[in-house]
Amino acid sequence: MTLFSTTGVRRWLKGMMLKHMHRMITCREFEEFVLRYLEGELSDRQRSVFEWHLRLCRECREYLAAYKRTLEITTAVMAPPNAPVLDEVPEDLIKAILEARKH
Amino acid sequence: MTKEHSKSVETTPSSVGDDAEQLVRDNIGWMLLLADRLLRDRALAEDAVQAAFMAAFRGLANFEGRSSLKTWLHRITVNAALDILRQVKRRAEQPIDEHLPEFDSYECRIEAPWAHMASVDEILESEDLHDRVHKAIGELPDGYRNVLQLRDVEGYNTSEVAELLGISETNVKVRLHRARAVLKKLLEPILRREVQP
Repeated sequence: MTLFSTTGVRRWLKGMMLKHMHRMITCREFEEFVLRYLEGELSDRQRSVFEWHLRLCRECREYLAAYKRTLEITTAVMAPPNAPVLDEVPEDLIKAILEARKH
Repeated sequence: MTKEHSKSVETTPSSVGDDAEQLVRDNIGWMLLLADRLLRDRALAEDAVQAAFMAAFRGLANFEGRSSLKTWLHRITVNAALDILRQVKRRAEQPIDEHLPEFDSYECRIEAPWAHMASVDEILESEDLHDRVHKAIGELPDGYRNVLQLRDVEGYNTSEVAELLGISETNVKVRLHRARAVLKKLLEPILRREVQP
């Protein structure tokens, strides 16, 4: 039995590299920047650090792709014209609103 | 506000005149759907729309036409729905922590490899997947779902959402990011095609 599995060693090495390499951030730090990156709020330097991490890290690259796809799907599914439409004019509600207006 | 409601119906109070019924008929459909998206309950949505029209009738004389009537009614409806949401005792909400992104002890992200990622069209083409997405959004706690809906669906900007919900812009951004991250996790079986239409 070895002390570390191959995967464990790989993750340890990756963690050390991301933590100590010049102009590099960890995945946890990357997470803090995601929204500001997508909103275009990062400085040039911050964006370059973010994108450098993105090039090196398969997990964050795929995470960000799925995050963006989720956003596209949410907007597409919830926003008109894909959102549900009313089956019929709610006559009772219209009547109640117009009645309430008189009081 | 950037989406469809900012460029729609350009009715003004003068053209509306005193024709309250026409105002109600012209707008009740989209207002009801909007309230239902926020409240996810048809009866509560009807209450919100009724309250919104009462507020609109009271405020119509002071409506200055700086935005379109629809934009104005949109905001009134959102406010009415949020008021109801604050009053209603919701069922206990599930904590979202278990769906947030995970990291190992080296601060590396834990993310299984993606062999396939469903496209937007694949989702839209299947009624079942469409419904599953709706259901997943419904699973988000109100405080997160509202921010996501107001920002990503209804088209309000961060400062408008902060004002509508009475929270700081920083809080809006934190909740928005968490809502999207949790939703990504909830949609993963669909996105990875582990759920077949």
